[in-house]
Amino acid sequence: MAEDHDLENTPGKRLQALSDLARRLVSFFSLVLMALVLSILSPYFLTLENLFAIGLQMSVIAIMAIGQMMIIIAAGIDLSVGSVLALSGVVCTSLLAGGVPVASALSAGIGVGVLCGLLNGVLVSRGRIPPFIATLGTMGMARGAALIISGGAGIQLLELPGAFTFLGGGRLFSVVPVPVIITVVLALAGHGILKYTRMGRYTYAIGSNREAVRLSGVNIHRYLTMIYTFCGLLCGLAGVILASRLRSGQPTAGTGWELDVIAACVIGGASLSGGEGTILGAIIGALIMGVLRNGCNLLDISAFWQQVAIGAIIVVAVYIDQYRHAR
Amino acid sequence: MNGCPILEMERISKSFPGVRALNQVSLKAFPGEVHVLLGENGAGKSTLMKILTGACLGDSGRILVRGRPVEIGTPRQALDLGISMVYQEPSLALHLSVAENIFLGREVLRGRSLGIIDRKALVRETGKILGTLGLSFSPKTPARDLSMAQRQMVEIAKALSAGSSIIILDEPTAALSEQEIKQLFRVIRELKRSGIAFIYISHRLEEIAGIGDRATVLRDGEAVGTVPASTPMDTLIRMMVGRKVEELFPRAEAPKGEELLRVENLGRKKILQGISFSVYAGEILGLAGLVGSGRTELARAVFGADPRDSGRIFVRGRPVQIASPADAIANGIGYLSEDRKLVSLALSMSVRANVTLASLEDYCLGPFLSRQKEYRAVGRFIRELAIKPPHPERKVKFLSGGNQQKVVVARWLATRARVLFFDEPAAGVDVGAKGEIFQLISRMVAQGGAAVLISSYLPELLAVCDRILVMCRGRIARELSRGEATQEEILYYSAVGS
Repeated sequence: MAEDHDLENTPGKRLQALSDLARRLVSFFSLVLMALVLSILSPYFLTLENLFAIGLQMSVIAIMAIGQMMIIIAAGIDLSVGSVLALSGVVCTSLLAGGVPVASALSAGIGVGVLCGLLNGVLVSRGRIPPFIATLGTMGMARGAALIISGGAGIQLLELPGAFTFLGGGRLFSVVPVPVIITVVLALAGHGILKYTRMGRYTYAIGSNREAVRLSGVNIHRYLTMIYTFCGLLCGLAGVILASRLRSGQPTAGTGWELDVIAACVIGGASLSGGEGTILGAIIGALIMGVLRNGCNLLDISAFWQQVAIGAIIVVAVYIDQYRHAR
Repeated sequence: MNGCPILEMERISKSFPGVRALNQVSLKAFPGEVHVLLGENGAGKSTLMKILTGACLGDSGRILVRGRPVEIGTPRQALDLGISMVYQEPSLALHLSVAENIFLGREVLRGRSLGIIDRKALVRETGKILGTLGLSFSPKTPARDLSMAQRQMVEIAKALSAGSSIIILDEPTAALSEQEIKQLFRVIRELKRSGIAFIYISHRLEEIAGIGDRATVLRDGEAVGTVPASTPMDTLIRMMVGRKVEELFPRAEAPKGEELLRVENLGRKKILQGISFSVYAGEILGLAGLVGSGRTELARAVFGADPRDSGRIFVRGRPVQIASPADAIANGIGYLSEDRKLVSLALSMSVRANVTLASLEDYCLGPFLSRQKEYRAVGRFIRELAIKPPHPERKVKFLSGGNQQKVVVARWLATRARVLFFDEPAAGVDVGAKGEIFQLISRMVAQGGAAVLISSYLPELLAVCDRILVMCRGRIARELSRGEATQEEILYYSAVGS
């Protein structure tokens, strides 16, 4: 028998558990460390105003990262998030410009996101197209559609309904930006789904061993479709929030953001081979990027160096992860 | 066994945090010797071999190759000293040809520094090596078209072409049929004559006398002793576990009950033809046959994991539609696949998540998981199946092979399936856990279920099955009752057909 495999309650086991915990907290501590350094370097950093500015800036990326994280946990990837964000913003604002009521225009914008997610899900599951390719296709189609609908230029709104601008520009108790609140609520929902529902369990299981899940009688197609559709929903929501903040529909909005979103997930501990990751990680990942950008701005470091720094952080985060796995 | 040893490992010790994996283990191998390394999973065999191949470093002790003390710090250094390991699951690049695989990393180049591969030379050299091994396939065959046995031979050929004189074989026969084992042994004997030393790790005790010269038994990280390979099997087992051989496959007799599953005229193009059989409550039905005879394919087709072209399935007399694993599970049929790690387990997940994977709906309230229900059920399975360590949150990748298999068994018991297909349940599992798994199967059958057991290991089938269906080339060649089944009979029908 394998008694000698039982390392329970030995110092080694505890050490392993401790280092596992340390790894999980590494991104959190880096965030705290960055904040600490910045608050020393710039007195403005640690003001409520600035912190909410970071939150507001990152909320759109963070919302999409919640959906992306689920897809990555299921061993997939969604490259279309930035384009879907633009399309839903354009659809929503063009309807508003045409005099459609706010509620309907918002629903349509979000609905377009859901449809794009559904398309991704069906292509990936039933169509058996690798996620990278399928969502690359959707990325092109959604961006193209956004440009067609808007005629290539931004859709400017002459009249701005209050309910619409509140979504991206409003503040709760005239302090907390609405997008930040939406992000927190969605993060809690995403965390709940992953941790406490059957769908969450299957998400991890599909990413860990898809064939095992299939042979356990689970309808993989259905769950994969649900996961991609959920991500589409979040992108649609992020799209209308961004449109509200920009007070216009920009067909080129979110260009290249898919990479920011994926970076947030990876910095937050996702493994691109699937099976690993948490929503909290995605949020911390997004915050690390936000704090870094904010810090560079406060310290007058050029935007070009910001890109170098974020690139380096991604590499370091994955390197730490690889090191942990190699042991 | 005359002359100088080609390899000496002296008083090797190795500790991992909290556990002493090896304690003063010594091992000597001579040119032309097949030195068998025996021990249960966790006895220290793989750690010892990892130290020999440079995959990990020993804490103390020394290694001598051809009488000279050597340092082995990396796999590269081991290779340079002529030490190669052939793993249980061959690790070939499946899209490359046999020749390209054999010379991977040591390509024959044309025009020295240009890096252009001399394909003709590659094929020619490979042809020579395959020739000396008596292998008939072409050097240009893509590795994916080879059988498991052939892939193993290619691994051995690779070791030879790298100039290795010490070859470690890790459970080489685990995935092979009787026929293929014979072929492998012929190659080993051929190579012995040219002075190659083999270190041979196997769980199949009865094949040791046939191929080995001496055997070293490890138990709990210590060498129990080195004995001639012809030592009686029960003595060897006693050295490994301190237990008698008859206890290994206990079998409670259960009366044959109602028909639980009937398959009629099942077929799948080129793979399965006209298969009909029934399984009754209280019986273990064996499926024997060579690798590739369609046993796994049959189980998968009945389970709905692979498509079928024809055939009807009846569960307790009623016709049922099975188009997917979900349908099969709903009808009380389960399938434990052949390759645990690749197909059955979500390795990065907990024991709990793996056990409830196929019956998760039972542990939910609406879309929400009920942790309490899960813990209660998983705790019960851990106790009943003696899964070690008994922790529901332990990731399954940290469990031994035997315990991983128990987790899979628990998953299917949790679905309350009445008919379970076990595909090579004991492959890569140590002797102790093997006994436990067969005990579990017997218990499940005694409680009114039925098991269909696929195994390439005939003594296992003969010991536990009530009936045996012998398959050959996608058909059922013969049904043998417990009384009439012998190894010879089974081998005859697997090879010849009806």
